[in-house]
Amino acid sequence: MRLLGKLGLAAAACLLGVNWAAADTTVKWLHIEANPAQVKIWEEVARSYEASHPGTKVEMQFLENEAYKAKLPTILQSKDRPNIIYSWAGGVLKAQIEAGVLDDITDQVKGYSDGLTPAALAAFTSNGRIYGLPTALSQVGFLCNKELMAKAKVDPAGIKSWDDLLAAVKTLKAAGVTPIVVGGADKWPLHFYWTHLAVRIGGKPAFDAALRGENGGFAGETFQKSGELFKQLVDLQPFQNGFLGFKNPQAVGYFGDGKAAMTLAISTVYHLQRALAADKAGLSEDKICWFDFPVVAGGKGAPTDTLGGITGWLITKGSPKEAVDFLKYFVSKDVQTKLAAGNFIIPVVQGADAGLNNSFMKLIAANLAKSNYHQNFYDQSLGPSVGRVVNDVTAEIAGGSMSPQDAAKAIEAAWKQGN
Amino acid sequence: MARRIAIVSAMDVATETAPQAAVRGPRWDGRFTVLILFLPPALLLFTLFVVLPIGEAAWYSTFNWNGFGRPTNWIGFDNYRFVLETRAFWLALRNNGLIIAVSLAIQLPLALTLALMLAERFRGAVALRMLFFMPYILAEIATGLIFSFVYDGDYGLVASIWRTFGAEPPHLLASTDTAMLAVLIVIVWKYFGFHMMLFIAALQGLDKSLVEAARIDGATRTQTLRHVVVPLLYPTIRLSVFFAIIGSLQLFDLVMPLTRGGPADSSNTMVSFLYNNGISRMRVGYGSAIGVILFVICVTFAFTYKRWFMRDE
Repeated sequence: MRLLGKLGLAAAACLLGVNWAAADTTVKWLHIEANPAQVKIWEEVARSYEASHPGTKVEMQFLENEAYKAKLPTILQSKDRPNIIYSWAGGVLKAQIEAGVLDDITDQVKGYSDGLTPAALAAFTSNGRIYGLPTALSQVGFLCNKELMAKAKVDPAGIKSWDDLLAAVKTLKAAGVTPIVVGGADKWPLHFYWTHLAVRIGGKPAFDAALRGENGGFAGETFQKSGELFKQLVDLQPFQNGFLGFKNPQAVGYFGDGKAAMTLAISTVYHLQRALAADKAGLSEDKICWFDFPVVAGGKGAPTDTLGGITGWLITKGSPKEAVDFLKYFVSKDVQTKLAAGNFIIPVVQGADAGLNNSFMKLIAANLAKSNYHQNFYDQSLGPSVGRVVNDVTAEIAGGSMSPQDAAKAIEAAWKQGN
Repeated sequence: MARRIAIVSAMDVATETAPQAAVRGPRWDGRFTVLILFLPPALLLFTLFVVLPIGEAAWYSTFNWNGFGRPTNWIGFDNYRFVLETRAFWLALRNNGLIIAVSLAIQLPLALTLALMLAERFRGAVALRMLFFMPYILAEIATGLIFSFVYDGDYGLVASIWRTFGAEPPHLLASTDTAMLAVLIVIVWKYFGFHMMLFIAALQGLDKSLVEAARIDGATRTQTLRHVVVPLLYPTIRLSVFFAIIGSLQLFDLVMPLTRGGPADSSNTMVSFLYNNGISRMRVGYGSAIGVILFVICVTFAFTYKRWFMRDE
């Protein structure tokens, strides 16, 4: 009996100890970052926050991109939901706000939010209320391999118009170089071509009109022409063999291995291709070049218009105030300057772009600053359902199984169905 | 055959008269207690995990719902109309039909042939049986992943084989013509072992005297197989066909890692179509409609099959 008594006391002591430890607040942070170098810096930020704020633990959780998108609605409605989640803003954010699964943090970031780029903050604001903070901007454009371009005697600086691009593709093919690599299996890398063409052909007015259902909505002339021009490119067979089976990480690694001359990608691929290349080194700075998406003759879009992401983090409903606190710490000038210096992000905190020490990143930052119309990825801004239809139809145009006209009609039909 | 029918009819008559006798007898009380004790847990589990979700799916399918909160936007049977108007749905249905056809025409005969060869006890028979059964043990996601590497057009096994013949290797999973074919090959590879084991078990339980009698009567090996052994296997063959068809209708785990539904929906099955177009796009009502349609197909098949082919069981 005495032994039992001692065991009982020991068990009670253990439980009490556990209870004390549980008085710590845990901030659960769910991310999709695949670049280990960037994750390392994030972990350092988390640990330094924990050091300066005893009693708070920051727990990082990871999900792969597609799995994250599929699992998010379910996670957000469970009791174990993460407190900080990744977001591409746009229609998905709108659906999340309407569902009431996010916390309104307007009051908690008052004064602080003035230090952020207004356009970036606007993406995370709805009806004047703020639901999260942006952390990075990115631009979609052509990354190219200097050596392969030189081998085919194509000058990247000379590719200004869509016809220039088509000519360049033909020259590259004739020289035996794979012109473009793309991750067709994931579909969204293909939708960049179509949407950027729409940005060039119709500009902001066309997109806004389509949202309102004017001019035939997404079945209108701008979007049909985007499909037709994209088909012109597809007919030249510019992509690597089996491109419809390549997932995006595979395609980025392919570019990093130096096997293709160009890729239309998010500017972060500049850094990502190093981590995903077979030799883990990829193409060094002096081997990569960049040119903006070419303009279309007669297009109403401005050459400074950009397509890209405004990404950031949201706070979920019922999160502890430490979560907002940590987010403010994460999007602070110091951390943003550090991340900018590592060439991971184009910062959103005003003044942090002084940390950019790389000419490429400075170029992208300048492009974004110049742009009056920054179009968020269509597959995000149009919402989860219509967005995927855009991905599907552009992949089908690329595979030759759908005509540009049918593609535009399908998007308009899906938009009407959802609204 | 006539004798079998006579026996079966006699049994039918017997069972029809039995219950009346049982109700009056004292044995009814014992059985009643057992019934009360064992039925509720089973009923509860079945209701909770089968009946309720099916009912809920039918309910959700009448709403335009994105998965958040409770469904509020009632649209009647519009979801079903949308589903039937989607080209991808018919492609998925066609693919399921292809899988069933391939299972019945290639997988089952292959399994039967191997079973007939391996049913007897000879040296190495057990090892060979194990070898053929192993694909079935492998988890489906793992199988899909492994074969996505095998089929890789640059570094895969298929690519190496093609290169030894000096040709440019094809990207099987990237073409709308060959993606479904590639998936079908993996399906046959994975499940033939299971059916083979079913047949081996049946063969080993056969009444040897019937085979011997045929032999004594002068039948050749082929004739014995065709006229005695295979007919005796009919119950197992019917069971195998049932498993094959039900399994084919629910195929999902193999498709996702291989092609995720394939270039332009060419290798979608009903369930992967449900997942891609319903759940991933936050259209839970639409996805539920697909689920209900699949349920109706499965139930119709199960009851029709039982009625027509498994009447004696």
